[in-house]
Amino acid sequence: MASHAHDKYYVPHGSPWPIVGSIGLLILMVGVSTWLNGADIGFYVMMAGVLTIIGMVTGWFGTVIGENQSGMFNAQVDKSFRMGMFWFIFSEVMFFAAFFGALFYARNMSIPWLGGESNNFFTNALLWTGWESTWPTNGPAGVGGEFEKMGPFGLPLINTALLLTSSVTITIAHHALLAGHRGILKTFLAMTFILGFIFVFLQGEEYIEAYQHMNLKLTTGIYGSTFFMLTGFHGMHVTLGAIMLLVIWLRVMKGHFTADKHFAFEAVAWYWHFVDVVWVGLYVFVYWM
Amino acid sequence: MTTAVADTHAAHDDHGPAKGIGRWLFTTNHKDIGTMYLIFSLTMFFIGGTMALIIRSELAQPGLQFVHPEFFNSMTTMHALIMVFGAVMPAFVGLANWMLPLQIGAPDMALPRMNNWSFWILPVAFGILLSTLLMPGGGPASGWTMYPPLVLQTGDAFPFLIFSVHLMGISSIMGAINIIVTIINMRTPDMSLIRMPMFVWTWLITAYLLLAVMPVLAGAVTMLLTDQFFGTSFFLAAGGGDPVMFQHIFWFFGHPEVYIMILPAFGVVSEILPTFSRKPLFGHDSMVYATASIAFLSFIVWAHHMFTVGMPLSGQMFFMFATMLIAVPTGVKVFNWVSTMWRGAMTFETPMLFALAFVFLFTIGGFSGLMLAIVPADVQYHDSYFVVAHFHYVLVPGSVFALMAAAYYWLPKWTGHMYNERAGKLHFWLSTIFVNLTFFPMHFLGLAGMPRRIPDYSTQFADFNLIASIGAIGFGMSQLVFLYVLLTCKKGAPATAEVWDNPKGLEWTVPSPAPYHTFDVPPPVDRTVAFPKDND
Repeated sequence: MASHAHDKYYVPHGSPWPIVGSIGLLILMVGVSTWLNGADIGFYVMMAGVLTIIGMVTGWFGTVIGENQSGMFNAQVDKSFRMGMFWFIFSEVMFFAAFFGALFYARNMSIPWLGGESNNFFTNALLWTGWESTWPTNGPAGVGGEFEKMGPFGLPLINTALLLTSSVTITIAHHALLAGHRGILKTFLAMTFILGFIFVFLQGEEYIEAYQHMNLKLTTGIYGSTFFMLTGFHGMHVTLGAIMLLVIWLRVMKGHFTADKHFAFEAVAWYWHFVDVVWVGLYVFVYWM
Repeated sequence: MTTAVADTHAAHDDHGPAKGIGRWLFTTNHKDIGTMYLIFSLTMFFIGGTMALIIRSELAQPGLQFVHPEFFNSMTTMHALIMVFGAVMPAFVGLANWMLPLQIGAPDMALPRMNNWSFWILPVAFGILLSTLLMPGGGPASGWTMYPPLVLQTGDAFPFLIFSVHLMGISSIMGAINIIVTIINMRTPDMSLIRMPMFVWTWLITAYLLLAVMPVLAGAVTMLLTDQFFGTSFFLAAGGGDPVMFQHIFWFFGHPEVYIMILPAFGVVSEILPTFSRKPLFGHDSMVYATASIAFLSFIVWAHHMFTVGMPLSGQMFFMFATMLIAVPTGVKVFNWVSTMWRGAMTFETPMLFALAFVFLFTIGGFSGLMLAIVPADVQYHDSYFVVAHFHYVLVPGSVFALMAAAYYWLPKWTGHMYNERAGKLHFWLSTIFVNLTFFPMHFLGLAGMPRRIPDYSTQFADFNLIASIGAIGFGMSQLVFLYVLLTCKKGAPATAEVWDNPKGLEWTVPSPAPYHTFDVPPPVDRTVAFPKDND
């Protein structure tokens, strides 16, 4: 590699943002914990932590975007960012894997065993007499009371269509960026985050329906637990992804990104495809099967 | 925005460290961050060690002498959490920060600001964790494995425990991303993957393990949190969940976690043995493949931690044989280390002594692990002191000795001074004698039936327990010699760039102490110096 001075790997000088982030996390975690332990003030402490972290993220990203726009990042720095984002998404996949694992374990192991399968005849006969394993279930004690299953049609199907469409629109936007068609880029990127926010809104409607008319709640045994934790964490990721899409759309409107330099765009696109793939898994295993 | 950019641009050419506390709070320098990691982990090592001494004092005699059983349980819990997440893991990350850029010829870690953040989350996490000892209901006392339903009886400490684990996970994940990106993207162009030094290789594989399992731990403790506060039924049989499910998810994290703590130790030992045997590492490539095999197998053996909890016979059989399979790549490593030393011109400076003790004593821990892998035997050993003896043999004369070896090996490179060799040797011999005095009798205690995590015991176990307690206090005091070596290091003779007798690797081509910025541009490489592999 040629050792031109301008081709040096950019090593930033000291930055205040990480320590601000750590202080934000401290405030946030202490706030949530004291709130969960029953002290009302914890809620306000938690919100102060959230605001600190939002400020940190804004400031940190602002600095990096500024550096990028002034051309301080060479191709090698760009590659570091790409790999960093890729492996971050991998860690997110593993986070969801834990919850999918809980779902599969419950359906294939713990529920059949509670129903007396394998060598658990006496567990069933003595502890849960007469209970037959089934899915969906809120367990042999019927935790949370009678409920309805959330079926695959209606809102979930519409949401699937929305997310799959948004995956197409962001790909069209990406191709438009590469071809230099800024108008198409702006339109299809805007469509993508609008579809994302509609998804989150409809997911909220679905939750309201579940709580008000189906008696399907977070407390509805293992079915409610896996349903709401999986779809809830996914919904949080869609929200975050849609905000990220909004941010890069604003950057596109300011004239950022070129055909050969657009790491942030691709990072957000990868993230969006990731939430899309997780949704397909959710649709198949949580709503459908 | 433009002014901010101009500022950073100007500052970029400033090559010295910043003045005052700001240097440490805001730093993006891999050497500063490595130093902070190492000091932090040493602090945690002494805090966790103090807890171990409280445990051993209580167990010196049968009956209750010093502490309440509840506090005893919170000591075993906190000792483990602090030693695993606060001492051993950050110490290896600190070594990675210091040495990886030097070993691969990179100017710094790939993502320097995130590097700073991964460190500064740790004091927050452990500040929160330690503060739980003062809370109503006391610190967490469920064991570091946090099994429900027991852990759900924790007092006010419960959410703090959960969130401190989350923070440790966030820190580890960011650290792992940084290490992967640095190794893949920042190597000097002449260094192909297979030419990388073993410490770099083992850390690359370890970083993948971290990325794959820390999020799973985050998921598991999140389920605990929602079961406790939001009425979910993940670990409640009445609602269709299963407390055993937590154990499966936890150990899916937990077993790779064990290798996260030992693979970089393998790397350290694979650096040190060749230097002091004056021979290249025997079977460099097979070491790489063995490390990767161990990492792969670590994902399919987790249930051997829970053979007695109830699982189908086919499950027990699978996990037993998969576990025994790990002995094959581990054996490859041990034989390679021995072959490295075979007919070498060996000398026995302190790092070499610790590395040698590692090979021998870690292997003892490996063999007791093999015994524990056998289901019918494990049904007897489970939750006994035999298990305690096993994992302390792989962790203390395993991971911790490798850390000590690494500290002595690279200390002259970090400080520019030779440490006090006599004090170093004293530290080694005291540590080695006392570590065996502490943990070897625990094998007998376990085989005789003494359960772990209990503050009192039957009088028949008294003698071995007293021996173990004397050993523990001796081991703890021996570490003060290490502290003395560190504090007096600056008085030692100036170190040369090579420090040792013709060691291999790029870190020995820069002056001692290593300048604040090294390898601004990829170094021109003399292959016989830079790449241990080329000496095969």
